Amino acid sequence: MNVGLEGRRADLLPSAERKICDPMAVTRAKIRINFQERKHMSKFKLTNEATSAISRRDALHRSAGVAGATLLASFGGIQWAYAEDKPAMGTWPAGSQGDTVFIGAAVPLTGTYAVQGADELKGMELAVEHMNTNHELMKKFAPKVNNGLLGKKVKLLSADSVAKPNQALQVEQTFIGQNKIIMMTGSTSSAVAVALNKFAEREKILYLAGISGSNDTTGKDCVRYGFRQNFYGETAANAIGPVLVKKFGKNRKAAFMTPDYTYGHTTTKSVNDYLVKNAGWTMVTNQVSPLGTQDFSQYLTNIANSGAEFLINVNWGRDAVLSTQQAKQFGLLPKMTLVIPYQIPFLAKEVGPDITAGVLAATDFWWTLEDKYPLAKLFVESFHKKYGYRPEWGAQNSYVSFAQWARMVTEAGSFYPPDVIKQYEKGETIPSLLGDVHYRPQDHQCIRPVVIVRGKAKKDMKNDEDFWEVIEIVPGEKVTQPADAFGCKLGDYT
Amino acid sequence: MINWANFISQCFNGLVLGALLALISSGLTIIYGTLGVLNLAHGAMFMLGGYAGWVAYTYSGSFIVAVVAGSLFVMVVGVVTERLIIRHFYARPPEDQLLVTFGLGIVFVETVRFFFGSLSETVPPPTPLAGITSLGFMLYPTYRLALLGIVAVALLVLYFVLYRTRIGMIVRAGIEDSMMVSSLGINVYKIFMLVFGIGAMAAGFAGIINAPVVSIAPDVGEAILVQTFVVVVIGGVGSFPGAVLGGLIAGELISLTSMVDPAYSYVVLFVAMTLVLVFRPRGLLGTAGRE
Repeated sequence: MNVGLEGRRADLLPSAERKICDPMAVTRAKIRINFQERKHMSKFKLTNEATSAISRRDALHRSAGVAGATLLASFGGIQWAYAEDKPAMGTWPAGSQGDTVFIGAAVPLTGTYAVQGADELKGMELAVEHMNTNHELMKKFAPKVNNGLLGKKVKLLSADSVAKPNQALQVEQTFIGQNKIIMMTGSTSSAVAVALNKFAEREKILYLAGISGSNDTTGKDCVRYGFRQNFYGETAANAIGPVLVKKFGKNRKAAFMTPDYTYGHTTTKSVNDYLVKNAGWTMVTNQVSPLGTQDFSQYLTNIANSGAEFLINVNWGRDAVLSTQQAKQFGLLPKMTLVIPYQIPFLAKEVGPDITAGVLAATDFWWTLEDKYPLAKLFVESFHKKYGYRPEWGAQNSYVSFAQWARMVTEAGSFYPPDVIKQYEKGETIPSLLGDVHYRPQDHQCIRPVVIVRGKAKKDMKNDEDFWEVIEIVPGEKVTQPADAFGCKLGDYT
Repeated sequence: MINWANFISQCFNGLVLGALLALISSGLTIIYGTLGVLNLAHGAMFMLGGYAGWVAYTYSGSFIVAVVAGSLFVMVVGVVTERLIIRHFYARPPEDQLLVTFGLGIVFVETVRFFFGSLSETVPPPTPLAGITSLGFMLYPTYRLALLGIVAVALLVLYFVLYRTRIGMIVRAGIEDSMMVSSLGINVYKIFMLVFGIGAMAAGFAGIINAPVVSIAPDVGEAILVQTFVVVVIGGVGSFPGAVLGGLIAGELISLTSMVDPAYSYVVLFVAMTLVLVFRPRGLLGTAGRE
């Protein structure tokens, strides 16, 4: 009975050979996949209930409820204070009194970092699903997870931040008002991470940075209420620096391309400082471009005339895709050696292995690490099964951050923010996808390995996502600066 | 000390960027000049042209087919949008027009994101234009050089249609006084539809010919829209030659400033726009009485 359908399918994709020989067929297949994936990439997601699914009447009810609750809480809170020595603060205890606790995520789903934000959000969704269903992987991270946390289901709310600090603050403010979220997350821009850090400190609500590469996030802008799992500028520099020096020697000339905000400036400084101090490299030019630049010709022309031998591209997201593609158009690549100190998820997929072959990059995670670490294997498998592609490090970062948070909450046995923070600050050795790690109590940075990868040539790729080869896994202790090096002073608990 | 090679290269960059801005702005300015509608969906139409062209390219493998399909598709979108939505707003206050076109832009962008996701897509330039040309003092991407020619031809065609044909004459008369044109027994609404279609097509055409330079993503129109408005203000709203002049000025300002310090290129652009607004509110080539 399926003859017709089978026949048509056979027509479309006659054989694996045909698919490889015919690039058009591959792209057509890609369009179809895109059609299937569309609901995952869409901005209007089901998880986004707070912004899309609340009727006006519902909202009115809620606001009346919130007003009432606030009144009650202000009386009840005093009693709590005396009774348990845990004064009401932020959304505590109101946020954890129902049978569901809410997490608020502000991720970029449009703009320059949209692709990375969508990946990040999927990691969060998967983590929450795993928390609520006692998934094997989640149990490895947080053995006390039991169909949710401390007897409550966890629910993720998310909305678009466009990678803009003010937008992200508005999103979180709304979630606090409407759902009393007990934890905030999301960034994919350190400008957002730094803003949410400060907001978290003021509101006394925990904040887990999403992707954030600035030294300042757990450096001079660190806060008691903020935590970061992923690697960042300084760790990237200390991990990739020795590889560059070993491979290319001393006294070389490098041109930097830097996005104009905290991540770009601190990462460029870290990488340049390392190369200058340890191998006498010179920065011949540093081209700083605003976020969302489309035409990089002016910057590339300056670099073409600078005498650089290396193009160190610190740009990220779509900016990185465009600047790298255009560097090739202008003939800078492969004349100059491209280096990507802070690897960009999906870059290789978008610019193609012709450009990324041989390129060195530092990263948080690459999926082939599944061969080495059993937890990574579990993660990649369940992510791939749910979303149809292998996760990039944005998804890994949010999954792991969430899982570690679940551990802290369940071990502390309470949602009371200072209790959870103190649990983190015990600095216990805990699991990650890349072996054991710990959070440093002085600045709330996770001390974790940094992975060095090198781009594979197209002929060496084993499947269509096999873009990078892991060449080194550098232990976190070796690449992380002393806790006080970037001026971190944590704030108060209450 | 001026590095002459860099200076001349940056002049070229400015010219290419300026030509592209001129083309997009001319569409915007024709629509505004004739219909009085500030089309905030113009950036989204630029993006649509890129995507329509990319889809056509994927199936045909031909760049020419992509360009034709991209332009025609956006022209059809323009005409349909004008028929279904925009024409109900001619008599409404400008705020309503801004809101409806802004909303349309969002709908276009999110529809594309819904179907194709946010990953950027590339349309390669036609093979003979794929390489790099040596101009003696510098290397320059061949396609960008070709782009100068392509845009020049497109602008000339547009100029010819507007200034040398009967339809163009009616359109220009419509820019000056649509009431008068209407009273001469010409069906202004049909002309309006056509104008909207042509304006949209200019954006769509720009979108697809720019795709080999800047690969396409749902958000590409957003950034270009702001620059386009600056160009239109500098050149004079409703003025076709103004759009061309404004585009070239904007392109050169951005590129030459970035030779000194790229961080200031947009600052300088907006300063220039402000100066024009202060000293010549109708724009460099704007018609008197129109502000």
